[in-house]
Amino acid sequence: MDVVQLQRQLVDYRTSLYHEGFLDEQFTQLQELQDENNPHFVVEVVSLFFEDSERHLNELTTALEQQSVDFRRVDAHVHQLKGSSSSIGAQRVQQVCIAFRNYCEEQNVEGCLECLQQVKHEYSLVKTKLESMFQLEQQILTAGGSIPM
Amino acid sequence: MDGGCGGGCGGCSKDDIAVEFGDEPHVLAVDDNLIDRKLVEKLLKNSSCKVTTAENGLRALEYLGLGSDQRNTLEISKVNLIITDYCMPGMTGYELLKKIKESSVLKEVPVVILSSENSPTRISQCLEEGAQMFMLKPLKQSDVKQLKCHLMR
Repeated sequence: MDVVQLQRQLVDYRTSLYHEGFLDEQFTQLQELQDENNPHFVVEVVSLFFEDSERHLNELTTALEQQSVDFRRVDAHVHQLKGSSSSIGAQRVQQVCIAFRNYCEEQNVEGCLECLQQVKHEYSLVKTKLESMFQLEQQILTAGGSIPM
Repeated sequence: MDGGCGGGCGGCSKDDIAVEFGDEPHVLAVDDNLIDRKLVEKLLKNSSCKVTTAENGLRALEYLGLGSDQRNTLEISKVNLIITDYCMPGMTGYELLKKIKESSVLKEVPVVILSSENSPTRISQCLEEGAQMFMLKPLKQSDVKQLKCHLMR
């Protein structure tokens, strides 16, 4: 595939991610922050998001497995996850977190468990998609092209 | 060259700000979320600010020379603006704001509170306690431009 085709593929892919609600405006903000001084800024922040999220998801799994669930602990992690996902524009993850927090407030274990599953699912989806997008970008750069904005 | 950022923010460019200050303004950004710290740092650096980040209120106070065991610190880091998240474990941004406003040395430093919740009670609470501005997260480049225009003179 030549550079122009790859670039077109990237633009289409990115557009679909916005249309399907995986990403929102905030992700665009992130891209606009990248410059020659920090050419890998987006990848760096997104990688941080992946590490951070996985940690929170593990903690949430443990917290919800307890005999007596500590909802403050659960809420603290969901709050962080909601914040991070919002900051990078991972809209669907953020939205599940909102519902998740409501169940925490109600101290509803079933609801929380459901949300945990959902958020893991949405996280895994957006992670795969962002990784594919970064791979495409890398292919373009390797082929000597530039990343279209 | 007009008065820089006197009126609205129309003429706020990186160059205007550099001329106004000479040195880069120094901002202390406080947030317990790692991703948000990285973001605010980049946003501020893109606006020609020197940035120090702190992950909680206690660390922020220590940096400012207001730590519990820093009675007469001579080395107070000069900071032109403090941006803090509201929701933090331990000391909230509101509590941090209060401590800063109680300090004779630091009470003149503008403090901006960031929050993901658009709560009118929270907003008035912070403004009443002396916060210069209350802004919603996630922060954008246009928010930082606005900040610089209105706060750092």
